[in-house]
Amino acid sequence: MDMIKAIEAEQIKDDRENFRIGDTVKVYFKIVEGKTERVQVYEGLVLALNNTGIARTVTVRKISYGVGVERIFPLHSPRIEKFEVVRPGKIRRAKLYYIRDRVGKRAKVKELIRSKKDQKAN
Amino acid sequence: MVGLIGKKIGMTQVFGEDGQLTPVTVIEIEPNVVVASKTEETDGYAAVVLGSVEKKASRVTKPYAGQFKGDMAPRRHLVEIRDFDKECNVGDSFGVEVFGDMRYVDVIGTTKGKGTQGVMKRHNFKGGRKTHGSKFHRENGSTGMAAYPSRVLKGTKMAGRMGGERKTVQNLAVVKVDQERGVLLIRGAVPGTKDSMVLVRMAKKKR
Repeated sequence: MDMIKAIEAEQIKDDRENFRIGDTVKVYFKIVEGKTERVQVYEGLVLALNNTGIARTVTVRKISYGVGVERIFPLHSPRIEKFEVVRPGKIRRAKLYYIRDRVGKRAKVKELIRSKKDQKAN
Repeated sequence: MVGLIGKKIGMTQVFGEDGQLTPVTVIEIEPNVVVASKTEETDGYAAVVLGSVEKKASRVTKPYAGQFKGDMAPRRHLVEIRDFDKECNVGDSFGVEVFGDMRYVDVIGTTKGKGTQGVMKRHNFKGGRKTHGSKFHRENGSTGMAAYPSRVLKGTKMAGRMGGERKTVQNLAVVKVDQERGVLLIRGAVPGTKDSMVLVRMAKKKR
Protein backbone atom coordinates (compact mmCIF):
# COMPACT_ATOMS: atom_id res chain seq x y z
CA MET A 1 0.00 0.00 0.00
CA ASP A 2 2.85 2.37 0.78
CA MET A 3 4.17 1.99 -2.75
CA ILE A 4 0.84 3.22 -4.12
CA LYS A 5 0.91 6.21 -1.77
CA ALA A 6 4.46 7.02 -2.81
CA ILE A 7 3.51 6.98 -6.47
CA GLU A 8 0.47 9.16 -5.82
CA ALA A 9 2.46 11.55 -3.64
CA GLU A 10 4.53 12.55 -6.67
CA GLN A 11 1.46 14.00 -8.36
CA ILE A 12 -0.48 15.31 -5.37
CA LYS A 13 -0.39 19.06 -4.92
CA ASP A 14 -0.53 19.79 -1.21
CA ASP A 15 -1.72 23.38 -1.53
CA ARG A 16 -4.81 22.53 -3.55
CA GLU A 17 -7.32 21.89 -0.81
CA ASN A 18 -7.34 25.44 0.54
CA PHE A 19 -11.14 25.58 0.78
CA ARG A 20 -13.91 23.73 2.58
CA ILE A 21 -17.29 22.34 1.71
CA GLY A 22 -19.85 25.15 1.63
CA ASP A 23 -17.37 27.74 0.45
CA THR A 24 -17.96 29.64 -2.75
CA VAL A 25 -14.84 29.19 -4.83
CA LYS A 26 -13.35 30.31 -8.12
CA VAL A 27 -11.72 27.51 -10.09
CA TYR A 28 -9.03 28.63 -12.51
CA PHE A 29 -8.53 25.93 -15.11
CA LYS A 30 -6.84 25.77 -18.47
CA ILE A 31 -8.78 25.02 -21.64
CA VAL A 32 -7.45 24.46 -25.13
CA GLU A 33 -9.02 26.64 -27.78
CA GLY A 34 -7.77 25.48 -31.14
CA LYS A 35 -4.06 25.96 -30.70
CA THR A 36 -3.98 28.47 -27.88
CA GLU A 37 -4.43 27.71 -24.24
CA ARG A 38 -6.24 30.01 -21.87
CA VAL A 39 -7.44 30.07 -18.30
CA GLN A 40 -11.15 29.96 -17.63
CA VAL A 41 -12.79 30.75 -14.32
CA TYR A 42 -15.69 28.80 -12.92
CA GLU A 43 -17.33 30.14 -9.79
CA GLY A 44 -19.71 28.20 -7.61
CA LEU A 45 -20.55 26.52 -4.34
CA VAL A 46 -18.56 23.50 -3.18
CA LEU A 47 -21.13 20.76 -2.62
CA ALA A 48 -18.87 17.82 -1.87
CA LEU A 49 -15.36 16.45 -1.75
CA ASN A 50 -15.06 12.83 -2.78
CA ASN A 51 -12.42 10.09 -2.78
CA THR A 52 -8.92 10.22 -1.38
CA GLY A 53 -5.41 10.43 -2.72
CA ILE A 54 -4.90 11.23 -6.36
CA ALA A 55 -8.54 10.46 -7.20
CA ARG A 56 -9.90 13.25 -4.98
CA THR A 57 -12.59 15.32 -6.68
CA VAL A 58 -14.58 18.42 -5.86
CA THR A 59 -18.16 19.10 -6.96
CA VAL A 60 -18.87 22.76 -7.68
CA ARG A 61 -22.42 24.00 -8.33
CA LYS A 62 -23.58 27.25 -9.81
CA ILE A 63 -26.73 28.63 -11.36
CA SER A 64 -26.13 29.65 -14.95
CA TYR A 65 -28.97 31.46 -16.76
CA GLY A 66 -31.44 29.89 -14.36
CA VAL A 67 -30.13 26.39 -14.87
CA GLY A 68 -28.20 24.54 -12.20
CA VAL A 69 -24.77 23.44 -13.39
CA GLU A 70 -22.48 21.08 -11.50
CA ARG A 71 -18.91 20.36 -12.48
CA ILE A 72 -16.70 17.76 -10.92
CA PHE A 73 -13.02 18.69 -10.94
CA PRO A 74 -10.19 16.29 -10.16
CA LEU A 75 -8.49 18.19 -7.35
CA HIS A 76 -4.92 17.38 -8.36
CA SER A 77 -5.34 17.79 -12.11
CA PRO A 78 -2.48 19.58 -13.87
CA ARG A 79 -5.13 21.42 -15.90
CA ILE A 80 -6.26 23.32 -12.82
CA GLU A 81 -4.24 26.35 -11.89
CA LYS A 82 -5.70 27.21 -8.51
CA PHE A 83 -8.75 27.45 -6.29
CA GLU A 84 -9.68 30.77 -4.72
CA VAL A 85 -12.15 31.13 -1.87
CA VAL A 86 -14.61 33.94 -2.58
CA ARG A 87 -16.86 33.47 0.41
CA PRO A 88 -16.49 30.93 3.22
CA GLY A 89 -19.71 29.13 4.13
CA LYS A 90 -21.16 28.03 7.43
CA ILE A 91 -22.50 24.52 7.11
CA ARG A 92 -23.49 21.58 9.29
CA ARG A 93 -22.97 18.61 7.01
CA ALA A 94 -20.26 17.12 4.81
CA LYS A 95 -22.31 16.86 1.61
CA LEU A 96 -24.62 19.70 0.55
CA TYR A 97 -26.77 17.77 -1.89
CA TYR A 98 -29.91 19.22 -0.29
CA ILE A 99 -29.12 22.50 -2.03
CA ARG A 100 -30.17 20.93 -5.33
CA ASP A 101 -33.80 20.74 -4.23
CA ARG A 102 -33.95 24.32 -3.09
CA VAL A 103 -34.64 27.46 -5.07
CA GLY A 104 -33.89 31.12 -4.49
CA LYS A 105 -33.08 32.35 -1.04
CA ARG A 106 -33.42 28.91 0.53
CA ALA A 107 -30.61 27.64 -1.66
CA LYS A 108 -28.14 29.88 0.11
CA VAL A 109 -25.41 28.93 2.51
CA LYS A 110 -24.76 31.27 5.40
CA GLU A 111 -21.47 33.06 5.34
CA LEU A 112 -18.95 31.92 7.89
CA ILE A 113 -17.67 34.86 9.90
CA ARG A 114 -14.38 33.88 11.41
CA SER A 115 -12.83 35.66 14.37
CA LYS A 116 -9.58 37.43 13.69
CA LYS A 117 -7.78 34.81 15.77
CA ASP A 118 -9.03 32.00 13.56
CA GLN A 119 -8.16 33.85 10.40
CA LYS A 120 -4.57 34.13 11.48
CA ALA A 121 -4.47 30.41 12.13
CA ASN A 122 -5.49 29.72 8.56
CA MET B 1 10.30 -13.51 -25.85
CA VAL B 2 11.34 -11.36 -22.92
CA GLY B 3 9.40 -11.65 -19.67
CA LEU B 4 9.93 -11.23 -15.96
CA ILE B 5 8.31 -12.27 -12.71
CA GLY B 6 6.57 -9.46 -10.85
CA LYS B 7 4.30 -8.79 -7.92
CA LYS B 8 0.96 -7.04 -8.25
CA ILE B 9 0.93 -4.16 -5.79
CA GLY B 10 -2.46 -2.64 -6.58
CA MET B 11 -4.14 0.00 -8.69
CA THR B 12 -4.09 3.77 -8.81
CA GLN B 13 -4.44 6.59 -11.32
CA VAL B 14 -1.94 8.73 -13.18
CA PHE B 15 -2.48 12.18 -14.71
CA GLY B 16 -1.33 12.64 -18.28
CA GLU B 17 0.06 15.82 -19.83
CA ASP B 18 -3.40 16.90 -20.93
CA GLY B 19 -4.97 16.21 -17.54
CA GLN B 20 -6.38 12.87 -18.62
CA LEU B 21 -6.54 10.33 -15.79
CA THR B 22 -5.26 6.87 -16.69
CA PRO B 23 -6.06 3.86 -14.51
CA VAL B 24 -2.89 1.89 -13.87
CA THR B 25 -1.81 -1.29 -12.13
CA VAL B 26 1.43 -1.10 -10.19
CA ILE B 27 3.67 -4.13 -10.62
CA GLU B 28 6.84 -4.47 -8.60
CA ILE B 29 9.71 -6.25 -10.30
CA GLU B 30 12.16 -7.63 -7.79
CA PRO B 31 15.50 -8.71 -9.30
CA ASN B 32 14.96 -11.72 -11.54
CA VAL B 33 17.92 -14.07 -11.43
CA VAL B 34 18.76 -16.53 -14.18
CA VAL B 35 18.70 -19.84 -12.32
CA ALA B 36 19.33 -22.08 -15.32
CA SER B 37 19.53 -21.85 -19.06
CA LYS B 38 18.46 -24.54 -21.48
CA THR B 39 19.91 -24.94 -24.94
CA GLU B 40 19.00 -26.62 -28.17
CA GLU B 41 21.83 -29.16 -27.85
CA THR B 42 21.24 -30.32 -24.30
CA ASP B 43 17.50 -29.92 -23.86
CA GLY B 44 16.09 -29.76 -27.36
CA TYR B 45 14.85 -26.19 -26.95
CA ALA B 46 16.19 -22.83 -25.80
CA ALA B 47 14.90 -21.30 -22.59
CA VAL B 48 15.91 -19.63 -19.36
CA VAL B 49 14.63 -20.32 -15.85
CA LEU B 50 14.07 -17.14 -13.91
CA GLY B 51 13.80 -16.98 -10.14
CA SER B 52 12.50 -14.14 -8.01
CA VAL B 53 12.06 -13.28 -4.31
CA GLU B 54 14.71 -14.83 -2.07
CA LYS B 55 13.79 -17.56 0.33
CA LYS B 56 15.61 -18.88 3.38
CA ALA B 57 17.77 -21.89 2.58
CA SER B 58 16.45 -23.61 5.72
CA ARG B 59 12.89 -23.34 4.40
CA VAL B 60 13.30 -25.32 1.21
CA THR B 61 13.58 -29.05 0.53
CA LYS B 62 16.88 -30.42 -0.73
CA PRO B 63 15.54 -31.26 -4.20
CA TYR B 64 14.26 -27.70 -4.55
CA ALA B 65 17.51 -26.19 -3.26
CA GLY B 66 19.45 -28.36 -5.71
CA GLN B 67 18.17 -26.26 -8.61
CA PHE B 68 20.15 -23.28 -7.40
CA LYS B 69 23.77 -23.82 -8.35
CA GLY B 70 26.75 -22.54 -6.38
CA ASP B 71 26.05 -20.08 -3.57
CA MET B 72 22.84 -18.76 -5.13
CA ALA B 73 20.04 -18.33 -2.58
CA PRO B 74 16.80 -20.22 -3.30
CA ARG B 75 13.99 -18.22 -4.85
CA ARG B 76 10.29 -18.43 -4.13
CA HIS B 77 9.06 -18.21 -7.71
CA LEU B 78 10.53 -20.07 -10.65
CA VAL B 79 9.38 -19.52 -14.23
CA GLU B 80 10.76 -20.94 -17.42
CA ILE B 81 10.65 -18.61 -20.41
CA ARG B 82 11.25 -19.97 -23.90
CA ASP B 83 13.55 -18.22 -26.38
CA PHE B 84 14.64 -15.45 -24.03
CA ASP B 85 15.88 -12.73 -26.37
CA LYS B 86 18.38 -11.16 -24.01
CA GLU B 87 21.94 -12.46 -23.76
CA CYS B 88 22.44 -13.90 -20.31
CA ASN B 89 24.38 -16.37 -18.20
CA VAL B 90 23.38 -18.24 -15.07
CA GLY B 91 23.52 -15.83 -12.14
CA ASP B 92 22.67 -12.71 -14.16
CA SER B 93 19.97 -10.45 -12.80
CA PHE B 94 17.24 -8.46 -14.57
CA GLY B 95 15.06 -5.63 -13.32
CA VAL B 96 12.42 -3.22 -14.64
CA GLU B 97 14.85 -1.63 -17.11
CA VAL B 98 14.04 -4.58 -19.41
CA PHE B 99 10.68 -2.94 -20.13
CA GLY B 100 12.24 0.43 -20.88
CA ASP B 101 11.67 0.30 -24.63
CA MET B 102 8.42 -1.70 -24.62
CA ARG B 103 5.11 -0.07 -25.42
CA TYR B 104 2.82 -3.00 -24.78
CA VAL B 105 3.01 -6.04 -22.53
CA ASP B 106 0.99 -9.16 -21.78
CA VAL B 107 0.37 -10.01 -18.14
CA ILE B 108 -0.28 -13.54 -16.90
CA GLY B 109 -1.66 -14.17 -13.44
CA THR B 110 -3.97 -16.31 -11.35
CA THR B 111 -7.48 -14.85 -11.13
CA LYS B 112 -9.26 -14.26 -7.85
CA GLY B 113 -11.25 -17.27 -6.64
CA LYS B 114 -14.97 -16.64 -7.00
CA GLY B 115 -16.27 -19.91 -5.47
CA THR B 116 -19.30 -21.70 -6.86
CA GLN B 117 -21.05 -19.46 -9.37
CA GLY B 118 -24.08 -19.78 -11.57
CA VAL B 119 -24.04 -19.99 -15.29
CA MET B 120 -24.74 -16.28 -15.88
CA LYS B 121 -21.65 -15.07 -14.04
CA ARG B 122 -19.42 -18.00 -15.01
CA HIS B 123 -20.22 -18.32 -18.70
CA ASN B 124 -22.03 -15.07 -19.50
CA PHE B 125 -25.36 -16.78 -20.21
CA LYS B 126 -28.12 -14.31 -20.80
CA GLY B 127 -30.75 -15.67 -18.36
CA GLY B 128 -34.46 -15.03 -18.65
CA ARG B 129 -36.83 -12.18 -17.91
CA LYS B 130 -37.25 -11.12 -14.33
CA THR B 131 -40.91 -10.14 -14.67
CA HIS B 132 -43.98 -10.44 -16.92
CA GLY B 133 -44.82 -13.92 -15.68
CA SER B 134 -41.42 -15.36 -16.46
CA LYS B 135 -40.44 -18.34 -14.37
CA PHE B 136 -37.02 -18.62 -15.98
CA HIS B 137 -34.52 -16.27 -14.37
CA ARG B 138 -30.92 -17.42 -13.96
CA GLU B 139 -31.05 -21.11 -14.90
CA ASN B 140 -28.90 -22.69 -17.57
CA GLY B 141 -31.84 -24.04 -19.62
CA SER B 142 -31.42 -27.00 -21.94
CA THR B 143 -28.15 -28.91 -21.70
CA GLY B 144 -28.54 -31.05 -24.79
CA MET B 145 -30.62 -33.10 -27.18
CA ALA B 146 -33.21 -35.83 -26.43
CA ALA B 147 -33.24 -39.47 -27.52
CA TYR B 148 -29.96 -39.15 -29.32
CA PRO B 149 -27.39 -38.98 -27.76
CA SER B 150 -29.55 -39.30 -24.65
CA ARG B 151 -26.77 -37.94 -22.45
CA VAL B 152 -25.18 -34.58 -21.72
CA LEU B 153 -22.09 -33.93 -23.82
CA LYS B 154 -18.81 -33.52 -22.00
CA GLY B 155 -17.65 -29.95 -21.58
CA THR B 156 -21.16 -28.48 -21.51
CA LYS B 157 -21.09 -25.12 -19.74
CA MET B 158 -22.66 -25.39 -16.31
CA ALA B 159 -22.48 -23.81 -12.86
CA GLY B 160 -19.45 -24.60 -10.75
CA ARG B 161 -16.28 -23.28 -9.33
CA MET B 162 -15.05 -20.08 -10.90
CA GLY B 163 -11.76 -18.22 -10.74
CA GLY B 164 -8.40 -19.25 -9.38
CA GLU B 165 -7.14 -20.09 -12.84
CA ARG B 166 -4.31 -18.83 -15.01
CA LYS B 167 -5.37 -15.96 -17.25
CA THR B 168 -3.49 -13.83 -19.75
CA VAL B 169 -4.40 -10.23 -20.47
CA GLN B 170 -2.89 -9.06 -23.74
CA ASN B 171 -1.75 -5.71 -25.10
CA LEU B 172 -1.67 -3.59 -21.96
CA ALA B 173 0.11 -0.30 -22.52
CA VAL B 174 3.18 0.48 -20.43
CA VAL B 175 2.55 3.88 -18.86
CA LYS B 176 5.77 4.27 -16.90
CA VAL B 177 8.91 2.38 -15.97
CA ASP B 178 10.10 3.59 -12.58
CA GLN B 179 13.64 2.33 -12.17
CA GLU B 180 14.15 4.05 -8.85
CA ARG B 181 11.42 2.04 -7.19
CA GLY B 182 11.71 -1.00 -9.40
CA VAL B 183 8.11 -0.59 -10.42
CA LEU B 184 6.14 -0.87 -13.64
CA LEU B 185 2.91 1.04 -14.30
CA ILE B 186 0.59 -0.71 -16.72
CA ARG B 187 -2.66 0.68 -18.10
CA GLY B 188 -5.74 -1.22 -16.98
CA ALA B 189 -6.41 -4.17 -14.73
CA VAL B 190 -4.40 -7.33 -14.25
CA PRO B 191 -5.64 -10.74 -13.01
CA GLY B 192 -5.09 -11.76 -9.40
CA THR B 193 -5.13 -10.41 -5.88
CA LYS B 194 -2.74 -7.86 -4.45
CA ASP B 195 0.70 -9.28 -3.65
CA SER B 196 0.13 -12.18 -6.04
CA MET B 197 2.77 -13.26 -8.55
CA VAL B 198 2.33 -12.20 -12.14
CA LEU B 199 4.39 -12.80 -15.25
CA VAL B 200 4.94 -9.71 -17.39
CA ARG B 201 6.14 -10.35 -20.90
CA MET B 202 6.52 -8.54 -24.18
CA ALA B 203 3.18 -8.31 -25.99
CA LYS B 204 2.88 -11.04 -28.58
CA LYS B 205 0.45 -9.25 -30.87
CA LYS B 206 1.24 -5.57 -30.56
CA ARG B 207 4.41 -3.56 -30.68
